[in-house]
Amino acid sequence: MIKKLLLCGFVGMASMSLQAQDDLDLLDDLGDNPNETTYATASYKSTRIINSISLENTAEGVLDLRISHRFGTINSGVDEFFGLDNAVTRIGFDYGIKPWLMVGIGRSTYEKAYDGFFKAKILRQSTGGKNIPVSLQFFSSVMINSLKATNPAEDLFSSRVGYTFQAILGRKFNKGTTVQIMPTLVHRNFVKTRAESNDVFAMGIGGRQKFSRRAALTYEFYYIPDGQLAPEYMNYSFSIGVDIETGGHVFQLFLTNSAGMNEQQFITQNTGDWADGDIRIGFNISRVFTVKKPKN
Amino acid sequence: MKKIGLIVGLVALCTGLQAQKYFTRTGEISFFSSTSVEDIEAHNKTVTAVFDSQSGAIQFSVTMKAFHFEKALMEEHFNENYVESDEFPKSSFKGKIVEMDKINLKKDGVFSSEIKGKLTIHGVSKEISTQAQFTVKGEAVIGEAKIQVNPEDYKIEIPGVVREKIAKELEVTMVMNFVEKK
Repeated sequence: MIKKLLLCGFVGMASMSLQAQDDLDLLDDLGDNPNETTYATASYKSTRIINSISLENTAEGVLDLRISHRFGTINSGVDEFFGLDNAVTRIGFDYGIKPWLMVGIGRSTYEKAYDGFFKAKILRQSTGGKNIPVSLQFFSSVMINSLKATNPAEDLFSSRVGYTFQAILGRKFNKGTTVQIMPTLVHRNFVKTRAESNDVFAMGIGGRQKFSRRAALTYEFYYIPDGQLAPEYMNYSFSIGVDIETGGHVFQLFLTNSAGMNEQQFITQNTGDWADGDIRIGFNISRVFTVKKPKN
Repeated sequence: MKKIGLIVGLVALCTGLQAQKYFTRTGEISFFSSTSVEDIEAHNKTVTAVFDSQSGAIQFSVTMKAFHFEKALMEEHFNENYVESDEFPKSSFKGKIVEMDKINLKKDGVFSSEIKGKLTIHGVSKEISTQAQFTVKGEAVIGEAKIQVNPEDYKIEIPGVVREKIAKELEVTMVMNFVEKK
């Protein structure tokens, strides 16, 4: 009899405890959704860190009008109003074809250059169902110098063309910190002297650090191993600035020693030296337009 | 022999008492903001929800990054500036179907009940209540409800420049396609 009572009590208690558990947390019981993957988003506010391409892509169906300015060097003095009398401008359009693919074209006053590029996502940083600690992208661009030929007899179209191939490997460490490295190969069809190489290898590093919800510090630096460039171009490109977001615009304001805005120009044809005060004020403005609405 | 009968009886009673759970991982929550300047709309089709047919306990879990907008920039601003999805990745609701006893899940029909409980968005919890409708059709139970959410109640700051583009009260619509958990 006692046994029976005990058993009753035990079974009763077991069922009661089951009930209580249910009330506490139904979702825990259901467990995590195994298929749910969360991707890292908004690693940067813009598709450019400063000169460099960032890990961010223009969203699918979005057109981005970009206007970029680099003023003259600050050390040009009061006569040139510390560089503000001169400016190099690039106007360009970027477009997101797919969530993983963006393309862009541009025209720059520096060497009257035309450029075009594409960038594709290979890996996307994510957690959950798919766990990938980093993002990896491939970027390639072509640039055509359209300056008037000094010696038309020797002018070949192919000599005006250069290419850039870049891998972008980066990680958004937390909501404010993103860092990326950029092994880069610039191929120039034509170089002036034998001492310069057609293929130039460079290693870039860049990132951003948010300091408020709508503003961030940005920086980038390129190291170029010796023996590839003529001495006057042997200046490592370094830029530091801020990103300010105002509704539909992102405004990037910075200091840089590079005048050109194409990879070939700011990596391999950089004549500015920070130590000599060849520092330029620059800005990028971006305005996006949704051309194609995403399907729901 | 009697003993065994009693045990079987008890066990049967216990399992009978044990609650049935109904759940979904593809529930839909959308919200709508309408002002004279702009209409904003977002949809999330991956909401996890579960309720207990015995106690009437009900819970939702909503991944904030799964809200999709018409404009990519709106989505970015929603996650980055307003709900701060990196810090608060999920919103949740934990409450009770008050008149659970009126809902017969074994019979096709439409039932309604008050639901009340705690809604947590952006790390801030508030008690809410609303009228919900449950449509039973065969194996499926569709739960529907509408609530009004004021972003300020959840400490979601909306700066002056965009103030007139975002409604003071957002209309949030929920449609949950529950099935019995076996």
